[in-house]
Amino acid sequence: MTDCPDKAMLLEALLDGELDAVHAAEVEAHVAGCAGCRAALDELTAMRLMLRAPGVREAAPERLKVRIAAAITPDRAAANDDRPVSMLRRRAPMAAFGGVMGVAACFALALIVTPMLSAGALEDELVASHVRSLQASHLIDVATSDQHVVKPWFDGKLDFAPPVIDLAAQGFPIVGGRLDYVDHRSVAAVVYKRGRHLVNLFIWPDAKPAPAGRHTRDGYTLLDWRQGGMTYWAVSDVNPNDLGAFETLLQARAPR
Amino acid sequence: MRSEDADARARFAALALPHADAAYNLALRLARSPETAEDIVQDAYVKALSGFDSFRGGDPRAWIFTIVRNRFYDLARERKLKATAPLSDGAEDDFDYWDPDQETPEDALARKDEAARVRGLVDGLPPRLREVIVLKEMEDLSYRQIAEITGAPIGTVMSRLSRARALLAQTWKAQAEAVR
Repeated sequence: MTDCPDKAMLLEALLDGELDAVHAAEVEAHVAGCAGCRAALDELTAMRLMLRAPGVREAAPERLKVRIAAAITPDRAAANDDRPVSMLRRRAPMAAFGGVMGVAACFALALIVTPMLSAGALEDELVASHVRSLQASHLIDVATSDQHVVKPWFDGKLDFAPPVIDLAAQGFPIVGGRLDYVDHRSVAAVVYKRGRHLVNLFIWPDAKPAPAGRHTRDGYTLLDWRQGGMTYWAVSDVNPNDLGAFETLLQARAPR
Repeated sequence: MRSEDADARARFAALALPHADAAYNLALRLARSPETAEDIVQDAYVKALSGFDSFRGGDPRAWIFTIVRNRFYDLARERKLKATAPLSDGAEDDFDYWDPDQETPEDALARKDEAARVRGLVDGLPPRLREVIVLKEMEDLSYRQIAEITGAPIGTVMSRLSRARALLAQTWKAQAEAVR
């Protein structure tokens, strides 16, 4: 869509209002000087107008609203069966038996497949979150190099108190912190800097013992370990040895 | 009927009923059949009411969308709907643009109704791309909200949105050229 493939997603993030002021200004400045990107942005805007034109979005028919109101109103107790209506209406008794077997089979499959899938999916999710943190600054919800500001900021926003450890003297100053959503729960992300690279340190409580790990995804290194009832994941494109040093420094200072 | 229960139902109705149109629009673009969409929305509201205890604030619209969406995928699995076959995660790549059951681009062109033509474009996308288009372009939710509704990482939401837009643009242009 554009002659600058590296700008494609930034143009969309700009259109979607997902860029902070600094990055939005940068992208806008680029668009002003690049005819290809300007055309691409115009096309995205035109498509948005087309999709938001009146009549494209369809309203619920009145009879559906009446059906819903009836189903959730107490004096129509008969309609208050929690089973889905489509199931009540359509499913024959024999089919119900098949359904039970099918559900059992799905559970069995889920039990086998979930542990295999979940490990890689978590790493992908963390890398995606790290990459996104490089693009939009709402990803640093509190921007400060002071650990004493970051730590209380998390209080009341999370149901646990993540350790925020100052490593500025060791060459990893804190850039800020943010709330993130990983593995279906809210987690703390403390953002550190190493030269021009960012390190995202994700922290959440998890008492399950598991060996520390080292993984790579798309050129990013991920290190994970557990300590003092917390799970830590460090994600960065910094030199893996530096990230290893970061891990060692944190492990020596984090609560046990 | 206990009065607490009646209170909860009343609060639920006040919170959730205003989003029935948006819920139906999402269900309709996912199911592509008005009858199925109505069933999905009604099931979703009944399910939402029974799980109302667990709703801890936040955007009720996003909460309803999550339940509508889950109900669609459950129903698609139950019925093994042929028209919505690409359900496995990799399936959005082996991409069946115009479903055999759907109207062809020529049919869509023949329709005078511009809004229906636009809906036809959206309906030509695979379900995982249709849903991000509805949630972003029609409902204007944030990447983070869409990630929570679809249970996908935000990076995945961004790349799906990008693919969906590229495909829409491609078909849109192809139609415009066919008119000429």
